Amino acid sequence: MHNFITYYLGTGVLSSLLSSLLPILFVFGYALVAMYLELKISAHMQDRLGPMRTGKWHGWAQPLADVVKLLQKEDTIPTAADKPLYILAPLLVFMGSYAAYAAIPFSPAYIGADINLGVFYIIAVSAIVVLGILMAGWSSDNKWSLLGAMRTAAQLVSYEIPSSLAVLSVVMVAGSLNLNDVCSAQTGWFWNWFIFGKFPFLFITFVIYFIASLAETNRSPFDIPEAESELVAGYHTEYSGMRFAFFYLAEYANMFTVAAIAAVLFFGGWNSPFGTFMSGPIWGAFWLITKGMVLVLVQMWLRWTLPRFRVDQLMYLSWKILTPFALADLVAVGLWTVLR
Amino acid sequence: MNPTARYFRNIGKGFWTVLIGMKVTMRHLFTPAVTIQYPDARMAIPERGRNRLYVNMDDCIGCDQCAMACPVDCITIETAKSLPTEDLGVTSTGQKKRLWVTQFDIDFGKCCYCGLCVPPCPTECIYMTNVFEFSDYDRKNLIYSFITLTPDEVAQKDKQAREAEREAAAKKAAAAAAAAAQKAAQAAQKPSPSPVEPPQKPTPPQAPPVQPATSTAQPSTSSDLPSVPTDKKVENPEVKPGPEPPSSAVNGSPEGKVD
Repeated sequence: MHNFITYYLGTGVLSSLLSSLLPILFVFGYALVAMYLELKISAHMQDRLGPMRTGKWHGWAQPLADVVKLLQKEDTIPTAADKPLYILAPLLVFMGSYAAYAAIPFSPAYIGADINLGVFYIIAVSAIVVLGILMAGWSSDNKWSLLGAMRTAAQLVSYEIPSSLAVLSVVMVAGSLNLNDVCSAQTGWFWNWFIFGKFPFLFITFVIYFIASLAETNRSPFDIPEAESELVAGYHTEYSGMRFAFFYLAEYANMFTVAAIAAVLFFGGWNSPFGTFMSGPIWGAFWLITKGMVLVLVQMWLRWTLPRFRVDQLMYLSWKILTPFALADLVAVGLWTVLR
Repeated sequence: MNPTARYFRNIGKGFWTVLIGMKVTMRHLFTPAVTIQYPDARMAIPERGRNRLYVNMDDCIGCDQCAMACPVDCITIETAKSLPTEDLGVTSTGQKKRLWVTQFDIDFGKCCYCGLCVPPCPTECIYMTNVFEFSDYDRKNLIYSFITLTPDEVAQKDKQAREAEREAAAKKAAAAAAAAAQKAAQAAQKPSPSPVEPPQKPTPPQAPPVQPATSTAQPSTSSDLPSVPTDKKVENPEVKPGPEPPSSAVNGSPEGKVD
């Protein structure tokens, strides 16, 4: 697709700009759908109805109404807030989440940037989110925000380790950091997917990656940073209107990012589960988005099932359970790959 | 159990319970919602629930029992006596109505929906309905008026009642004056036995000849209630009077002992 754009516009700033802004259209559309799904699924899981009146038919316009509401809100900045940091923080958080979309292979014909270090790039750029969150918490000049931000930073940093180790196991099996190559290594029917490979080790890898990525995106049960009942709203307490919308959007964007990466690493990416049936460049995009959405739904499912972790339980889980298991798993997968 | 075994057991239990929880949530995803979408659908109101009152004015006899029973005084009733010639009709219990009800206001802002006004009504014309959705923007609009007379009729009934009362009072006064004049004339004609006889006997008279002449107010239509005997003229001389009769400010001399 990038080739398609460069064909018409030449390799220049314009074509790069266009190519890099394409996923944002997807992100906006996806965010609206995900917001609506979250409202409705959480409602039905709790035996209630959710929005029913906005937009006449089962409240489909609720996310639109929310967006409009956030856009027209007053932009308040606390007097004692550190203004440059305060303004920069949501931008950094969103930037960190969005930059990962550059390396996600939406289809065999489209990838924002075909980087040979795809996975490494994604993990690195997701760390900018931590920076943004710390800035938000500190510059709000609010004890609770600061506490929330510090907890988030601790959580994100500690869960990056098992997450990266899990990814590393898959990279060992696939032999390349390039996400397109990882997808190509899973062609064929669904039993070629990595989740079924080297059984049961890659399955354990998937579980570790999924749990770690839940913590990366601050989703329940790891949502201590934004625990509504505990820290008001954690690091984004003082944000309102458009700035808050950035944080909100970044959370949903992050959800899809990690879901898409899990789909690419473990579920065959843009490959069809039926081999060559229903496969091709456009089908590829369909399959990746579908697999990503299924994992997003599982994330939502977990959110409404589990109570929140306490912050020390959170740390225990990361350092004392996920990291040792990820290391052991890495060794096992490595041995299997080498000795085969 | 040694710590290592406990560690692994905790991990296992953790996973297992998460899966059980997910199964519960998934099952609830497909159970129908229990929400009732008001106002398109409404829950059933209990049959004897206490909500807004209603008064059937055809049966109201203006007895004021409900207003008296109300703990927050939200019922205001004004009546006007009807003329003997008018026929107000009969209540559903067969009672003949004698009063025009010229005001029957219930202030639902004050009403506490206790239902204490319902049992005292002799004709069961006030009762609680199942209407509960009657909010208003102005508190004045919560004062409901139940009368069936038009304002002109109300004014007319009031006027005729007042006139009738005045006439009755005038007539009574005239009759009392005539009676008093007659009595005075009789006393003047009859020669008094001894002018030294003290007009006041020191012993208490045996029958209180009290007959307050200025009283025009009849006891109201609650005629079945036993009334205190001081109002009525006691005719039975055997009846011992209780307290000393009030000062004979009405007439200088006792009218005459009743033997």
